[in-house]
Amino acid sequence: MATVLSMKEKTKEARKPRWSDLGLSSARLVDFYKRMLLIRRFEERAAQEYGKSKIGGFCHLYIGQEAVGVGAIEALREDDYIFSAYRDHGHALARGMDPKGIMAELFGKVTGCSKGMGGSMHMFDASKNFMGGYGIVGGHVPLAAGTAFGTKYLGKDSVTLCFFGEAAANQGVFHETLNLAALWKLPVVFVCENNRYGMGTAVERAHAVWDIYQKASAYDMARGWFDGMDVIESYRAVKEAVDRARTSSEPTMLEARTYRFRGHSMSDPIHGHYRTKEEVEEQKKSDPIPRFAEELLRGGILTQTAVDDMEAEIKAVVNEAVEFADQSPEPPAEFLHENVYV
Amino acid sequence: MATRIEMPKLSDTMEEGIILKWLKKEGDAVKQGEIIAEVQTDKADMELEAYDSGILRKIFVPEGSGAAVGKPIAIIAGAGEDISALLTDKRSTEAVQHHAEEKSSAPVETSLSQRSPETTVKQVSNENGGSRVKISPLAKKIAQEKNINVSTLAGSGPMGRIIKRDVEEVLSHGATAFVPRHAANVSTQQFPVSMMRKTIAKRLVESKTTAPHFYVTSEVDMKRVIEFRSALNATGEVKISYNDIIVKAAAYALRKNPNVNASWMGETITQHGEIRIGIAVALDDGLITPVIRDVDAKGLAQISAEAKDLASRAHERKLKPEEYSGGTFTVSNLGMFDVENFAAIINPPEAGILAVGSITEEPVVENGAIVIGNRMKMTLSCDHRVIDGAVGAQFMSDLKKILENPAVLAL
Amino acid sequence: MAMLAFREALNQAMTEEMERDPNVFLMGEEVAQYQGAYKVSQGMLQKFGEKRVIDTPITEAGFAGLGIGAAMIGLRPIVEMMTWNFAILAFDQLFNNAAKIRYMSGGQFKVPIVVRGPSGAAHALAAQHSQSLEAMLAHVPGLIVVAPSTPADGKGLLKSAVRDDNPVMFMESEMMYGQKGEVPDGEYVLPLGVGDVKRGGKDVTIIAWSKMIHVALAAAEQLKNEGIEAEVVDPRTIHPLDETVILDSVKKTNRCVIVEEAWPFASVGKEIASRIYSQAFDYLDAPIGHVNGADVPMPYAHNLEKLMLPSVPRVIDAVKEVLYR
Repeated sequence: MATVLSMKEKTKEARKPRWSDLGLSSARLVDFYKRMLLIRRFEERAAQEYGKSKIGGFCHLYIGQEAVGVGAIEALREDDYIFSAYRDHGHALARGMDPKGIMAELFGKVTGCSKGMGGSMHMFDASKNFMGGYGIVGGHVPLAAGTAFGTKYLGKDSVTLCFFGEAAANQGVFHETLNLAALWKLPVVFVCENNRYGMGTAVERAHAVWDIYQKASAYDMARGWFDGMDVIESYRAVKEAVDRARTSSEPTMLEARTYRFRGHSMSDPIHGHYRTKEEVEEQKKSDPIPRFAEELLRGGILTQTAVDDMEAEIKAVVNEAVEFADQSPEPPAEFLHENVYV
Repeated sequence: MATRIEMPKLSDTMEEGIILKWLKKEGDAVKQGEIIAEVQTDKADMELEAYDSGILRKIFVPEGSGAAVGKPIAIIAGAGEDISALLTDKRSTEAVQHHAEEKSSAPVETSLSQRSPETTVKQVSNENGGSRVKISPLAKKIAQEKNINVSTLAGSGPMGRIIKRDVEEVLSHGATAFVPRHAANVSTQQFPVSMMRKTIAKRLVESKTTAPHFYVTSEVDMKRVIEFRSALNATGEVKISYNDIIVKAAAYALRKNPNVNASWMGETITQHGEIRIGIAVALDDGLITPVIRDVDAKGLAQISAEAKDLASRAHERKLKPEEYSGGTFTVSNLGMFDVENFAAIINPPEAGILAVGSITEEPVVENGAIVIGNRMKMTLSCDHRVIDGAVGAQFMSDLKKILENPAVLAL
Repeated sequence: MAMLAFREALNQAMTEEMERDPNVFLMGEEVAQYQGAYKVSQGMLQKFGEKRVIDTPITEAGFAGLGIGAAMIGLRPIVEMMTWNFAILAFDQLFNNAAKIRYMSGGQFKVPIVVRGPSGAAHALAAQHSQSLEAMLAHVPGLIVVAPSTPADGKGLLKSAVRDDNPVMFMESEMMYGQKGEVPDGEYVLPLGVGDVKRGGKDVTIIAWSKMIHVALAAAEQLKNEGIEAEVVDPRTIHPLDETVILDSVKKTNRCVIVEEAWPFASVGKEIASRIYSQAFDYLDAPIGHVNGADVPMPYAHNLEKLMLPSVPRVIDAVKEVLYR
């Protein structure tokens, strides 16, 4: 590793973009940006529609954390599996699920991705191997070990990616699952989105060990953390873990250090009693979206015109999704009793 | 504007109506002209129309209960309109007549919202007071089927509960008292009285006790009527019944004897210009007499068609009040039951009713020889206050002549 | 037809289903090398190998959830809980995931998993190891709950459970594993949700399931000597419940006693009674009698343990009460 480079080589090395080793095309990088922007605009609009009572229940927005979902999911293949928790709209959009179906699900309409039966916390799409959003903190983590077990049992090389918040890493079943995944060498990647607060309780007030990824050390599992406000770092870390899972069937536990700019859910103020306005403003300086845009503009991969066009295009997509959701019918009354049993 | 809907008078004799069904519930919007309820009158099941648009705010008379004509049954008003004045009106609270109470001793079901706290307390204390008969569901069912008065039974179950064996014991000891000897499955039963039966009872008692009846019977040779009817029906265009011919003939005779087509009005006698003949139609739980109007002005084909239509709608309870009221004379025919002769009770305010028996084959003397003839007996019941013996006899004589020479009816 | 112990009948059902379908596998504590804590899986490791007969760590929530995830992508796991008492640790997985994934995904996924193991009291195992929890499981829509009482029913129902596309909670009894009975060979499959009349009678209906069927049958035999013909009805599946077999019997006998090992409060027996009261009210000549476990945790001392559980004399007393004898 310790190769000595000449000055010339050093200069050349320094001019290389930081993603040059990842084999990502310019188009792919633009796509990363576009997906993050879609999530941001979609979530902003979801908040508006929530205010208009078009969306009910809990509604946990992903604003601020877009780089984690997009970078991680971009590292997957179509035949890989994804589990999410209750903050799942961003993951669903990153997976390429139709914004119309996601918005319709939020509106509780039959055209929603879960036919209006799941809502904000339970987005499902079997056709995208999107195995669902789950509402019990940590409760879905063993399911991800299950699909990883299943693909291995069936002799397939699919990988399972499981998102959860840092608060889930205190749950018993999280530890049970990490143990089973390490013990049985399951092809699963655990991505812990550490947004610093489990609802309103800061990491320091809830965890004896603040480096969440270190919890995996108890199971001798490959582990690490990355900057969750940087889509490239997210992609890099998850891609490496996914490759390891696919080629040598080994699990990895990753901690994405990120931050949510909105409240825990729609009924929660942006900073509340548990964090200051100044803290939130400070964190917004590392907003992953403008940060990546600047980098792409600087590198000549994106032009301002293209950014503006993209904004307009996404606005239209979101408008269309809201219109579709608004005009879609509610599930018929028979749905009440359908799908309780097969 | 708030309006109180009152039990309408839906038949000439209706005094009380039963709400069979509310088609709207409290809180529903109703439009003027929309049907809001079905009401059973003494004669038919009628539809009740809303006369105003608004919200059906209050129902005073629940389904299955009755109210006298003119009593409030509901309130239609605007959504937020104050209806307290109409609600507290004394007339509203006394409207309901609980038919359920007449039918069984079971407590009348009222909704929770209608139940005041005091009555709830009262019901509870009744139960604790032991006035309620304690009986197992099965024993109660058997007792009802066998018509056993459970209040006379002593229960052998816990806390004096009447159980199956208590009922069975009564049945085995006193079986003959409850079960007819020859038909084990036929038990004595009690039925509630329908509005129609109530009306029949009331009106016919009134008729038989106030109108002095006398009876005139004639026997008619029906040979020509049989030939006449066959000839008409052979055309294939009509299907005339004997009763149609008798009705038409009666109209003919009434026109010749207008003092039979009359009514006793106390101070005066009304002689009706129009001849409107009621035809008695038997229903499952009573009878009704739909009326054919202007009978003497109508041909047999039309009378026949109208009679069929009225009878079939009478069975469906679809007659309008004007179709079973206003008769001036009635024909009651039991010929299809192989009845030789009978006398009917006058349907007031009419003055006469013709009771028609079966056409029977009898040996008759014709031109000095005994041959098989076809005979029919008819009895006219007359209200002697209006019709004297000679008048009734003259009517019957004319009627007999027409039936024995029916060609005249085709004129 | 062979005379088999209950555990052998269950073993046969699992073995046959694993031979039939390579996606069926068995997972649980001590199911493989140890040959089963109660020897239900005896010989299966040798027959199917480590890939399909899998020892788990003691981590009920973990392997229950893992089984559910595997079922979501088409596998058909049989998850053995050493006892249902331990499965309480996995109830979040069963209640929130297994029972609801199909519904909240709008029908996109199904969870064809069987979770099975012994339920109820054995001997002198005290409070934490002696619970009959079928009411808790049956309370949750989306779960099927089965509680067989004979080796033949055990085989036929377990085969159905493995083939069913719903999560099936299969509740056995430690006390019955050694009990022998005639079991049909090979393809013997009993439908879920269909009850059975274990003994005919005209005077009173006794409803029971699992181990309590044998208490009910013993009581019926003694009642016969007193001229009382008791009909013993076994719903076999707790949820969905076979109302027909229950109502038909009660309508015939007009009297009913429900015998269950579980605690009395909000029990399955109370649910059955409620359905009888609402659907056969006019056929009852007496209030329904209940014989339950006492409303206490299971005591250890032998004399108290006996007092806690339903017994033949208690069932006979209850029958006489509803017969007003």
